[in-house]
Formats: sequence, structure tokens, C-alpha cells
Amino acid sequence: MATISQAQPIASVEAASRRSARLRRASSTTLVTLLGLAVMLIFLLPIGYMITTAFKDDTQLSAQNAPLYPAKIATYAYQGKDLPLYNMPTSAGTVQWALVHPYREDSDFIDPAHPEKGIFNWKGRWRVLDPVYQIQPTFDNFTNAAQNGAWEQIDFPLLFRNTLLIAIISTIGTLISCILVAYGFARFRVPGKNILFIILISTIVLPPQATIIPLYILFTKLGWTGSWLPLLVPAFFANAYDVFLLRQYFMGIPKELDEAAMLDGANPLQTLIRVIIPQAVPAITAVTLFHFFFTWNDYFAPLVYLVGHENLFPISVGIAKFVGSFSQFPGRAMATAVMTVLLPALLFFFAQRQFMQGIVLTGVDK
Amino acid sequence: MPLARQRALWGLVFLTPWFIGFLAFQLLPIVSTIFLSFTDYSATKEFTFGNFNMVGLDNYARLFKDPILIQAMGVTIKFTLVAVPLGLVVPLLFAVLVNSKHLLGANLFRTLFFLPTIIPVVASVMIFQGVLNAQSGWINLSLKALGIEGPRWLSDPNWAGFALNLLGVWAVGNGMLILLAGLQGVPTDIYEAATIDGANGLQRFLRITIPMISPIIFYNVTLGLINSLQFFVAALLIGGRNGDPQGSTMFYNLHFYRQAFVFNDMGYASALALLLFVIVMILTAIMFGVGQRVVYYAGGES
Repeated sequence: MATISQAQPIASVEAASRRSARLRRASSTTLVTLLGLAVMLIFLLPIGYMITTAFKDDTQLSAQNAPLYPAKIATYAYQGKDLPLYNMPTSAGTVQWALVHPYREDSDFIDPAHPEKGIFNWKGRWRVLDPVYQIQPTFDNFTNAAQNGAWEQIDFPLLFRNTLLIAIISTIGTLISCILVAYGFARFRVPGKNILFIILISTIVLPPQATIIPLYILFTKLGWTGSWLPLLVPAFFANAYDVFLLRQYFMGIPKELDEAAMLDGANPLQTLIRVIIPQAVPAITAVTLFHFFFTWNDYFAPLVYLVGHENLFPISVGIAKFVGSFSQFPGRAMATAVMTVLLPALLFFFAQRQFMQGIVLTGVDK
Repeated sequence: MPLARQRALWGLVFLTPWFIGFLAFQLLPIVSTIFLSFTDYSATKEFTFGNFNMVGLDNYARLFKDPILIQAMGVTIKFTLVAVPLGLVVPLLFAVLVNSKHLLGANLFRTLFFLPTIIPVVASVMIFQGVLNAQSGWINLSLKALGIEGPRWLSDPNWAGFALNLLGVWAVGNGMLILLAGLQGVPTDIYEAATIDGANGLQRFLRITIPMISPIIFYNVTLGLINSLQFFVAALLIGGRNGDPQGSTMFYNLHFYRQAFVFNDMGYASALALLLFVIVMILTAIMFGVGQRVVYYAGGES
């Protein structure tokens, strides 16, 4: 009896302390997650702006007191006409009246709740009244319906096709060349390899401006300007950033796997294809996405090399003219932005797990 | 052939694409840029001998009396002084946040913080034109709700540069991921030992996390510095070729782009490009020198 009565309080103290630890953990989880959500909300505000504006009528943007979500003024069908509804403050609270005839200092209204009472006159300026808004996204900014819809002004399917082709070909070139070079740096004793690697890494900080003038002259001499070749060919000769990332990952793959393949009679190229590449899928995904996004994003190179060849433009250069007319047609600009972002965003969401793994596991050489 | 030599040969074969790329697209072009900087070549004419003159150091002398260059350097330095600290602190805070074991849905947070990084700069520019609009933009509407009158971000020369800083800091995804990789590489037993010794969260962050990831911080700062000095595409899109409003977005590279591809003055533009190249190389060397002293290396090579 005595031992039990002594053990009881100790057990309950332990349980209490465990409970308080769990409580503390739960409260810090709530706190950190709420903080994260607040930061996220501010950080992604521009994306919210982009999406809502893309589905808004341009008149809504300039209207006073219009809601932030895409909306239209609600209407009431009366005698074959759609009349706009307004919020009317009365002694019995706010009611919704439909505007029949707007005048300056007074207007004719009808009360949809009591249409049998007929049209009546109201003394006051209708312009100071708030319209009744209802959620209603418009697709006019995307289609031809709006006079200045994106499709009307640019050949979006052509731009999209161009961008996709450039991005795919250049990504393939980057993958082939960077995997080969990274494999060379990760696994082979080449004389002077360390110095070569330092040279490679130092080209990361090389400003493109230091090389673009001679390259422009060279590509013009070759007759390549006005074609995609200046954008595509260099991709097939590796770049420092992607080689570095892949090499780091390759170095983490156990050498025993290579040696086993060698003993089975595989040559180095076969070893690369059968052993290294299957092991390095996360890093290869990361490089694929990095380069795809980079090409999708690239503005300067196509601007310089494709000047005057509108039928070859990628999206970035093709839609740049909307930047200048933004204040007139914000809806169109945002619809275009949505269309531009859609494919990279989808790709990213589908591949993000591999992508994050590729980067986070690769890390950076310490 | 002995196996070692055979392997070395294979290695050379694998490195060949880079050798060719380095020679054709980097080394020879830089040497050519040096040559061009001593000429008065204009891109209006075909590049053949006879279509340009050797002008000695004229282009370099011109650097010293180019008023737009001084303005462009001012704009670029001002931008860099804001961009580098922002480009370190914001991704570091994001990385710490998404690395926290107290954050629910950390994976979703990582994905969403990275999202703006994949948005093409032309689209970002249009989005920021809207968000930063003086009347209808959400930023100024939010400020108004707090009783603050927001500036005319993109048309006020005092604010246009900072507006571009905001646009730049939106794409912090890469920095965040690299720092996150660093944070995940810090051995947890160090934290446990520090906790037993009575260190609180802030002390652990300042005394353990920061020193342990200092090589990555240095890498990020160096790249951020170099990228900021080269910043100009968003400025070209927003402010046009004249760096509007009132030259407040006349970045160094915008000046270069104008000289080379608008005015076709390839000789002077080459001198501008080389000046930038030298500045970048000196800054990189300084950063490495500082890094050797300050940075903590696991294994203690330093």
C-alpha cells in the first residue's frame, strides 16, 4: 500500500511534465506555422494580384470601392433590360434597388423586392451609391472577346511553340554536355584536373557582357543571327553552374557501384548510363528544371540575336510590348503573365519533390 | 595501354564539350573584347579589316569623361548596397523558417517560397507594375489602410531603384534552397550539446548555425554582389533605354547595352564590358580573401 501511494504522485508529475512538453511543442508549432502563413501571404501577394486582375474587367480596376476579387455589377432583369443594382441606405437598413434612368440630381429606380410598386423617383446623386458586386470572373482578357485581348495582339500559340522548342532543345544539350563533363570531373584522374576545375568554377562569375560583343560579331559572320542557333548551340558545350551541381552529386555516389559495373565489363560510358545516371535522378531533375526555367525566362539573348524576326520570338520578348501599355490594359497584361507562368509552374509543382532533393542533398562544397 | 592512362584518356573525352565551349564561347571572346576595346568598330558595318581603326587608349580615356557612366555607377552601387543585404537576410530567414521542425507543411512552404523564382522577368515586371501602381496597387492600398500614403513607386526617381530591389528580392528561391541545404548539413549533436550548456535559440543560431553555414553565406553574398552589378533587364523593361524616370534606372549594364546594341558603338562598349569584368574579378578576389579569414571550414583546413 505504502509503495503505491508513494509512486502515484511521481507518475502523475511525470505525466504532467510530459503533457506540458507536448503543450509547449503544440504551441510553438502553432506559432511558427502562423508566422509562416503571414510571411507567405505578404510574399505571394503579387501572385494574388496577377490572378485576380487577369480575370477582371479593366473597368473594375478603376472603379472606386470595387472588391479585390473579379466581380461584375449585379443586374436585375426588368422589361427586357438588365438594370444595375445599387446599395441604397434607407431607414430600414440597406436595400438593393435597380437603376432605371440615371439623371444628375435624382434618378428613377425600381425595387426588385417589390416590382409591383413600379418605377419611382429618388432624390440624390446615383454616382455616390455603391454598386452591388457579385463574383464573376471574365475570360475576355485571355480571348479575342475583349478588343485588346492578348490573343488579338500577339500570336500566343506561336510564341509558346517557339519558347517550348528553344527550351527543350537547349535543355537536352545542357543535360548531355553537363552530365558528360561532370562525370569526367567526378571520376577520372585527368592531368591538371584541379586547375581545370578552378577555371570552370571561376567562369560562374564571368559577366556575359565581357563576351557578348565578339559572339554577336561571330554569329553574324556565320549567318546565325536571326535564327535560334546562337541560343541553342552554346547549350551543347556545358556550363559551369550545372556541371558543378551534377559533379557534387556524382561524387556522393559510392565508387563501389562503378567498380562492380567495370568488373562486369562495362566501359566508362556504359557505367555512366547504367550506374551513375539512374543514381543521380534528383540532381538531373534539378538541372533540367533550372535550365528549362532559365531558357523560359531568358530575355537578353533572344532580344539581341532575334531582333527584327518576330516570327522566331520566344514569349519573353514577344510580350514585352505589353509592359509599355500596362496602365491602359492591366487585365490583358496579367492574363499574359498567367499564360507565361502556367507551364513552368505546373512543371515545378509536379517535379518539386525530386527538385528539392536534388538541390538540398547536393549542397554546396564546403 | 596501362589502365591509368586509358582512364585519363576517357576523362579527357568527357571533358571535351567544356574545353570547346570554354575556348569558343568564353576565352576567345574575352581576348577579342580586349582587342575590340582598342578599335572604333561600329556594328553598322560588317566586321572586316578596313572597316575600323585602331584608336589606342581612346575608349579608355572616354571612360573618365562619360557623365552617364558616373550616373550608371551610382545607380548600380545604390541598388547593390540594398540588394546584397536583402538578398542574404530574406532567403536566410526563409530557409530557417522552412527548416524549422515546428512548421507544419514545410514542403508546401518551400515550394511556394520558390514559386516567384520561376516567373519570367517580363511577367514579374508586369506584375510589379500593377502591385506598385500608385493608386490601384495593392501595396499602396495596404499602406493607405495603415494611414500611410505610399510613393509613386515606378515614376518617382527616388523610389524607382528601390522598387526594382523589391522585384529582385522576390526571386530569392535559389538562395533559400542553397542555404537550406547548408542548414540541413549542420550536425544536430552540436545543437544538443549547446542546449545542455544552456544556450537559447538565438544564441544557438548566432554561435552555431551562422558559423557552420558561413561558407554558404559567403558563396551567396559573392554571387549576389556579382549579379547585382549586372542587373538591368527589369530596368530596361520598366524604364526603357533612357533609364526613366530621370535616369534613376540607368544601370551599368543598361548603359553598356545602349552603347553596344542601340548606338552600335562596339569599341567603347567593349571598354565598358572590360571595366565591369575587372571590377567583378577584383570584388570576387576580395570576397575570397575575406572568406579565407572569416569563414569556418569543417575539418579545419583554414
